[in-house]
Amino acid sequence: MSVDTLETQIGQWRAAILRGRAVDGTDADELEGHLREQITDLATAGLSGDEAFLIAVKRLGEVDTLTAEFAREHSDRLWKQLATSRPDESGRRSLATMLGFAALAAVLIQVARVLALTPDSAVGLLADPVAPWFLRDLGLFVLPVLAGYFAVVRRMPRRNTLALIAVVAALAVAVNLFPFAPGFGSTEGLVAIHLPVALWFVVGAAYVGGELRSSARRMDFIRFTGEWLIYYALIALGGAVLIGLTVLVLTPIAPDAVEEVVTWVLPSGAAAAVVVAAWLVEAKKSVVENLAPVLTAIFTPLFAVMLFAVAIGYSIAGIGHTFDRDLLTVFDLLLLVVLGLIVYGISARDRSRGAGAMDVIRLVAVAAAIVLDVLVLVSMFARVGEFGFTANRVAALGLNLILLVNLVGTAWLIVRMLVGREPAVRLERWQTGYLSVFAGWVALVVLVVPPIFGFA
Amino acid sequence: VNIDKDLVAAMATPLVLAILVEGTSYGYAILKRVRELSAGDLEWTDGMLYPLLHRLERMGHVRAEWQASAEGRRRKYYQITDTGRAQLADQRRQWAAANRTLGGLWSVAAEGA
Repeated sequence: MSVDTLETQIGQWRAAILRGRAVDGTDADELEGHLREQITDLATAGLSGDEAFLIAVKRLGEVDTLTAEFAREHSDRLWKQLATSRPDESGRRSLATMLGFAALAAVLIQVARVLALTPDSAVGLLADPVAPWFLRDLGLFVLPVLAGYFAVVRRMPRRNTLALIAVVAALAVAVNLFPFAPGFGSTEGLVAIHLPVALWFVVGAAYVGGELRSSARRMDFIRFTGEWLIYYALIALGGAVLIGLTVLVLTPIAPDAVEEVVTWVLPSGAAAAVVVAAWLVEAKKSVVENLAPVLTAIFTPLFAVMLFAVAIGYSIAGIGHTFDRDLLTVFDLLLLVVLGLIVYGISARDRSRGAGAMDVIRLVAVAAAIVLDVLVLVSMFARVGEFGFTANRVAALGLNLILLVNLVGTAWLIVRMLVGREPAVRLERWQTGYLSVFAGWVALVVLVVPPIFGFA
Repeated sequence: VNIDKDLVAAMATPLVLAILVEGTSYGYAILKRVRELSAGDLEWTDGMLYPLLHRLERMGHVRAEWQASAEGRRRKYYQITDTGRAQLADQRRQWAAANRTLGGLWSVAAEGA
């Protein structure tokens, strides 16, 4: 057999093991290296090229069993493959399912909006005054639909489905039975902010198909959350352009119709996009998959620089004088965004690579975030000492303490990883385990904080 | 004797770690060493070694690095870490305990026979 035929055969074999996507390029290099050494050894022992190739391939194992074994170890790759390897017919069915749930979300939000329209209300949405419950329950009209979509797509067992329904129902009943003080007070505001997050965890439970304890599945959910945000932002951008142009085009001929279009199209579009973005994450995984690591690679250093500068600035200037509630919100938002970026970056990092420059940058960002968080906490403790606890202060204090513990743990594990004492998987486990803490805290703010502070 | 499939699976981790204690190595050489040690008693599909090595890497028991060999082949070399050594020591205790347990029974059986 000529060298060319052998090369062709090896090339075909390589293509075959790569086909399932469980084996990636470097793994294929490693296996091919093995194959070539085996062939050389067998040829030295006197076998012809053809025989040597056949025996070497046989010893490596059937391509299917081999790729299945790789898929078991690298389940994150398998996860990417789930959506793409489906045949066309079920692809069409998944599209229909998605459209059905998206339509459901769009209709639900409109029904709720129309029911909530009241002429005399302090709170408004798109210039129309709406009853406070509409804003408070906003998440309830959309996110359970998304959870339901995943429950259907994942063919979740009935017991788990019922458990999720029970959780959603408990949340919905509780926040609507609470006798909130009129005028959208602070506890109601806290519920309005935290309820969607609590429901997002319900979506997560449906997303992982009920496998709540699995760290790998939780990581999948973190990845999903990041990619969902990207897709949602893209859809929102497109939607804004569409609505903006519609308004411009309609204004000359029907100025009265403009407002109607906006109030009907915007809420429905925003609600439906929640489901559509989730479907896109699943269906078009490889698109964002290439985009997301690039985005985190760009923004992690930028945020690190920004945080570093802010941390130094506030360390010198002190936080006490200028500190008010708005600034606190900004800080909490900043810390959450940074943590999100870090966690998402960790989820997207290539497991087979060791610690690198990116981890150092992450460490800088985390360290700066810790400094900021400590400054915020010190100032908040001072305020609480002076003026006592309020619902908002408890919520903010708790969030900052939880963030601090997470950030310190993250920093510690990144350091251990950089000195080679700890594998990256420990950092992943820390973050996936911490999801329970966040979920618990959010549930606490929604269900326990309002009664404690008399629904003020 | 041909070692049973399940037993091979159970042996795989300590076997690979113990071979890496002898020195940094790569897939093909590790398998050669396995064959040498077991003298054919242990049948192992070569390809299965790699997912195992990747798992050990993920757990931090080994460190992997691509290097060019003297003949110019690029190979992924695996080196055992401290946690890998600890893991091996732990597995060794377990195997010794299993061996003791069974050995006690087998010596009785041998005397009876």
